[in-house]
Amino acid sequence: MSEAPSIVPSDEIPAVHVPPGKETAVELVGVHKWYGEFHVLKDINLKVRRGERIVICGPSGSGKSTMIRCINRLEEHQKGSIVVDGIELTNDLKRIDEIRREVGMCFQHFNLFPHLTILENCTLAPIWVRKMPKRDAEELAMHFLRKVKIPEQANKYPGQLSGGQQQRVAIARALCMKPKIMLFDEPTSALDPEMVKEVLETMVSLAEEGMTMLCVTHEMGFARQVANRVIFMDAGQIIEMNEPNAFFSNPQHERTRLFLSQILH
Amino acid sequence: MTFAIDDHTFVRQELHTPLPPPRRNIGVLGWMRENLFSSILNTLLTLFGLLLVVLILPPLVRFLILDAVWTGDNREACLAPGTGACWPFVKAKFGQFIYGFYPIDQRWRVNIVFALGAALLVPLLIPSIGQKRLNALLFFGAYPIVAFILLTGGNIDASAFLFQHFGLFSGLAGASVAGVKLAFWLDFLLTAGLVTGLGAVIGAALGDARGVARIVASVFLGLGIITLLWDIDFGLQPVETRQWGGLLVTLVIGVTGIVTSLPLGILLALGRRSKMPIVRLLCIIFIEFWRGVPLITVLFFATYMLPLFLPAGANPDGLLRALVGVALFTAAYMAEVVRGGLQAIPKGQYEGAMAMGLTWSQMMRLIILPQALTLVIPGIVNSFISLFKDTTLVLIVSIFDFLGQLRAAFTDPNWASPVTLYTGFAFAGIVYFIFCFGMSRYSMFVERRLNTSHRH
Repeated sequence: MSEAPSIVPSDEIPAVHVPPGKETAVELVGVHKWYGEFHVLKDINLKVRRGERIVICGPSGSGKSTMIRCINRLEEHQKGSIVVDGIELTNDLKRIDEIRREVGMCFQHFNLFPHLTILENCTLAPIWVRKMPKRDAEELAMHFLRKVKIPEQANKYPGQLSGGQQQRVAIARALCMKPKIMLFDEPTSALDPEMVKEVLETMVSLAEEGMTMLCVTHEMGFARQVANRVIFMDAGQIIEMNEPNAFFSNPQHERTRLFLSQILH
Repeated sequence: MTFAIDDHTFVRQELHTPLPPPRRNIGVLGWMRENLFSSILNTLLTLFGLLLVVLILPPLVRFLILDAVWTGDNREACLAPGTGACWPFVKAKFGQFIYGFYPIDQRWRVNIVFALGAALLVPLLIPSIGQKRLNALLFFGAYPIVAFILLTGGNIDASAFLFQHFGLFSGLAGASVAGVKLAFWLDFLLTAGLVTGLGAVIGAALGDARGVARIVASVFLGLGIITLLWDIDFGLQPVETRQWGGLLVTLVIGVTGIVTSLPLGILLALGRRSKMPIVRLLCIIFIEFWRGVPLITVLFFATYMLPLFLPAGANPDGLLRALVGVALFTAAYMAEVVRGGLQAIPKGQYEGAMAMGLTWSQMMRLIILPQALTLVIPGIVNSFISLFKDTTLVLIVSIFDFLGQLRAAFTDPNWASPVTLYTGFAFAGIVYFIFCFGMSRYSMFVERRLNTSHRH
């Protein structure tokens, strides 16, 4: 991986390209969520435009993972509305499945299926959800495995790969569904320091192609260079939201300043 | 090799090449040192184990082989003091051990069932042989029907029975000119259509009308085929299950129990973890009920008490009742084993599957169950083995399985000798051991084969 380009400077990333018509990819309006008595999400309002790249940071327990997990209904919200790709999330299972088909997700612990090979991990959803013929699905999977630079691992099992490779497979697996929106839930937090870079590079190249991305991460370098907007959350609320330069150089809220001073040395 | 070594800084100039391990750690001697004599306690245990082998093995070999009687026509051969196993006894009673009281001139039917079963099962168990789907369909779908016809003789007039007890439109019987058969099939088609329609309505509520309707329709199709086949007179002499016995009964109960209890157990385990409270409650009640009563009680109840509760005339076959009892009993245990596996699957696997848009049944079938079942193979096979051995309890409801036939053979005065009992039980032990050990070894093979998660 050493010959691969390092993280690209932000000016090479294309500006948000907004196709006419459906310009909003995700919209959260007044979203609240409780775990029992505990109020995890408090009045979240967020509008993500198509092609926009959003980085969400904040201390642990601030509700940032919960928020993006609400977007594909891994968590249920109890108040407010969430509209994804023009479809409102309700209890209707059909709609939930419809949304999940269009929203890819990468997890902190990859969540690859250990009993399937890398290739099978990637072709599973296209075959069973998109009803794609096996051969086409395999071609597609190999295309994305080449893109994340591990086509040679296709017939191995996840347990045989390093953490960084596994996370790249997870990204390829999500891409095989041709999602319109990608969610990343701390994709590099469980990785060895040496492997963070290869995953970030993959995410950067995804951003270059104009993918709509919501990314929970503490990789501030990544945020600075790729994000259109950075969101800081604490105690279940959005404290501050700004474009990266302003966010890092001139944070407005005291809590944001404190947080940034803790993580940027 | 030059190293720049001093007390505080060190830079390696050349990477170390691997060397062979010290002699004493490898080879037979190394293995023994490591595994048998690694500590004082281990050495003592090794010596104790050796002592046990010396105490047990020679008498066993002497009894079973060296001092054994191999030829003879009756008890005279085995009467001499100090004789070992009386193998002629086993030889003389062998047919009874295998077939029970199955008519001797009809035993070829049992042989065909055995041979067919083996011919279908063996390729199913060997991974490198292809056509698994067809093979499984034949073994789980066609084979039971064929075996049933061969063993009982078929021609059980199932349509008349079903029509009488389950016919929805009994008015048809009077209206039909062509007799009960036509009336049954009309009734059957109407019922199938009705229930399929009902399934579609329920399915629509669940979001998959076509899927549910298809499942219901295929169940009716299967039922129809079975009824049709079981109504044909193949000219086979009917053999009542009361005449069955020996290894035949042991295998029929064992295999049926194994084949039905696993899917039932999986459904129960899924039900117990379901989010739907009624489904969950029903599954818990079912599982706890069957786990709470001993198998003997179940069999006893099924045989002697059940007829009192059933309407007159509806008197299901004794073996069938025992079969159902054993299958449900094992299913409850299986459910808990499978639930253990389901609980061991990390939440991330569910989330990964859901995030890709898989439906619940796809997620279970493709992601969760394959992993959960692989994890609990030892537990599943444990249940299989104990089921296989527990089949012998049907003896108390007058079904003579392998062990039952053995005990019956002991009463034959022709073969009464001091060693008959020991010989018989030794033989039974060997037969049971072959089956159970076979299952155990095969399960270990499957486990190794399916273990992909820790492969490095």
